[in-house]
Amino acid sequence: MYISSSKLLTTIAVAALGISSFSGCKPKSAQAAAGGDAGKAYVAPGKYDEFYNIVSGGFNGQVAVYGIPSGRLFRIIPVFSQSTESGYGYSEETKPMLNTSHGFVPWDDQHHISLSQTKGEHDGRWAFANGNNTPRLARIDLSTFRTAEILEIPNSAGNHASPFITENSEYVVAATRFSVPLDDQNGDVPINTYKENFKGSISFVSINQTSGEMNIAFQIRTPGVNFDLSRAGKGKSHGWFFFSCYNSEKANTLLEVNASARDKDFIMAVNWKKAEEYVKAGKAKKQAVSYAHNVYDENSHTATSTLKKEVLVLDPADCPDMLYMIPCPKSPHGTDTDPTGEYIVASGKLAATIPVFSFTKIQQAIAAKTFDGAYDGIPVIKYEAALYGEVPKPGLGPLHTEFDGKGNAYTSMFVSSEIVKWNIKDLKVLDRVPTYYSIGHLSVPGGPTAKPHGKYMIAYNKITKDRYLPTGPELTQSAQLFDISGDKMKLILDFPTTGEPHYAEAIPASMLMKKQRKIYKIEENTHPYAAKGEGKTKVERKGNQVHVWMTAIRSHLTPDNIEGVRVGDEVYFHLTNLEQDWDVPHGLAIKGANNAEILVMPGETQTLKFTAERAGMYPFYCTDFCSALHQEMQGYLRVSPAGSNVALAFSTGTNKPATTTGDSSKTKTTKP
Amino acid sequence: MKNIFIIGVATLLMWSCNSEITATESNTPTENKAGGGQSAVQDDESAKDVVKVAAGSKDHTTLVAAVKQAELVDVLSNAGPFTVFAPTNAAFDKLPADVLDDLMKPENKEKLQDILQYHVYVGNLGINLMQDGQTLNQVNGGNITISNKDGKIVLNNSVNIIATIPASNGIIHVTDGVLLPPSK
Repeated sequence: MYISSSKLLTTIAVAALGISSFSGCKPKSAQAAAGGDAGKAYVAPGKYDEFYNIVSGGFNGQVAVYGIPSGRLFRIIPVFSQSTESGYGYSEETKPMLNTSHGFVPWDDQHHISLSQTKGEHDGRWAFANGNNTPRLARIDLSTFRTAEILEIPNSAGNHASPFITENSEYVVAATRFSVPLDDQNGDVPINTYKENFKGSISFVSINQTSGEMNIAFQIRTPGVNFDLSRAGKGKSHGWFFFSCYNSEKANTLLEVNASARDKDFIMAVNWKKAEEYVKAGKAKKQAVSYAHNVYDENSHTATSTLKKEVLVLDPADCPDMLYMIPCPKSPHGTDTDPTGEYIVASGKLAATIPVFSFTKIQQAIAAKTFDGAYDGIPVIKYEAALYGEVPKPGLGPLHTEFDGKGNAYTSMFVSSEIVKWNIKDLKVLDRVPTYYSIGHLSVPGGPTAKPHGKYMIAYNKITKDRYLPTGPELTQSAQLFDISGDKMKLILDFPTTGEPHYAEAIPASMLMKKQRKIYKIEENTHPYAAKGEGKTKVERKGNQVHVWMTAIRSHLTPDNIEGVRVGDEVYFHLTNLEQDWDVPHGLAIKGANNAEILVMPGETQTLKFTAERAGMYPFYCTDFCSALHQEMQGYLRVSPAGSNVALAFSTGTNKPATTTGDSSKTKTTKP
Repeated sequence: MKNIFIIGVATLLMWSCNSEITATESNTPTENKAGGGQSAVQDDESAKDVVKVAAGSKDHTTLVAAVKQAELVDVLSNAGPFTVFAPTNAAFDKLPADVLDDLMKPENKEKLQDILQYHVYVGNLGINLMQDGQTLNQVNGGNITISNKDGKIVLNNSVNIIATIPASNGIIHVTDGVLLPPSK
């Protein structure tokens, strides 16, 4: 464990000399703090990182994008929460993205990420994210880093075991954390009738391989357990999916105690190829439900929300050989499949060992019916018959495991705040390092795929007491970067994160950099209120609605003088950014707007709704520092009392004072 | 000690940057111990965690020494929640002579860890939640049984809870005996 003094001395000497000769001592204080390895995380100004790290935001409902190895934050992608950075969920076009069968839900909790795969490897098309509270799945387009689609999951509550993905992105899954009365049943039942009335559901959501569009292919009804996490099989186990289940006791209160009564819970193995066959054979029943499907159109720059009314459900009682239960010690949390698909590593967070199951043995046990009874009619495979072996005394509170593709596994330990490296074949612990503090998930670039990229490992920690300058009662959570290229794991960087960095994936920068979208072409803009040129700007009244076709280009808004709006009017500012130049967004803010502000990308149209509540003058301006004359990019909206006869008028550059008195109420109406 | 050594050596070798390093250090208001672990967090304002509660008890010096020897101080300073069954010094004294001395030897650290982890349950269990006949799976993987006769709690049919103290990251039940894991 301890590096000998002489070796340490050599390491430091080499590192110190290396840095003085290359860069004249640049990262020196970090160098001293990390004991000689900080240079490995140093990305010089103007240089690129090696990996994109796509990180869940936890309770903020967003997804963050960092560079690895630098830890620099590049972007926060709004997904399940309104964003005060982009207007997502505030603009009229993006509000439908947050629509659900319960109406508009402005804030959710985002836990896990899956990147799309082809043949078990990252393909750089999409990132999927789960909405944990009001159960949903999101698809993020990795060429725009924007949320393209959100799908609500019916019969579900707490979409935690999600959005894990199969090796050719055939499906992402959504398994419910809470069992609940099903959506077509009366939910108004005593809570202590859990055992009779509450059921679990797992959803297989198919992915259109061209458009990426998600569709619930089928659900499987399960016993009323709680699902925690899941991973697809891969390689030899492709066609199977593994879900960790806790609360096999079916407790409905004080789970802290009552869900830990049994020595073992389960890993549920699902033969999804078999399930597909049952669906094809017509074994699935249609169930009446209601769930929202929200899709963002990149040409109209507008999301539409559709309520869907039906889902196909497979009942395991009608579908033999589809589900199997594998006993697993004490409330399993993570279940992770190694790169070969042979080993399924389950982490009982209260267990003293890490069981490693063998896919081959599971198949043999199923063939030989080596069962230990059944759980709610689902065969339970004998623990020993499925078990490859146990990692003895790995640490306390094992949670999640990632792989480096070199035969090693890395398991996070919450209670003992450490990462343990062990060999998959002989199950021997090879190394352990402390994390600061209380690690949850960890991520190796490509770690959940058939071909991990290795090199780095990132720990996501819940607690940072004393690690950074304190900021009152709430402290940042953190990520810690380890170099795993050698035998020993080496901490090389510690960086703060936004929200809770719950889970993450990392993908080589080279796979995404070249496909980045730079602008939206103005000629492809099909937004019904797009003004594709200043000559197309206008203001129209429809009853008490006033629509403003507005444009922005460096450095003015058109129109920038608007009169004739009355108290009680709803004014829709449809702002089209006429720029066709990368990274020149324009923003719009109006004094007293109770809704929000918006930010509009080049070629895009977005709409800000403003309700005129008091007569007066309402300045508006561009909020995104766009140019040298950004500060001049401003205008006025005049609001007159209800019933006023001030005519609707709008202009840019022409509304000048009359030569005599300059009574603005006598301004002439400008015809569109 | 090791860290001071590292910084010392690094400073020496990076002599050309020496003045700037000194400047950096003088700007740091308080030096936190790198890699100190959660037990090293300086915080006198928060409620005490299970380790700090035990460390403040004159009846638990043996237990606290054992927790230190078993390197469980940082673990028990974690978010938990933990239910700790905490034998008093008198309880340890009931063990046969030299048993404890043996356990405190470096070569028996794993055995000591096993015994101490047998005294910890992950979860916050007040007396009111303990049911007669209940089994608790402890951190070391072993089970203890609880009997609750009219509110009098007995663990493994032999050990009594004589006091209960809440802590920030769990709860401590003071016991009059040491729980010994069943031989495996």
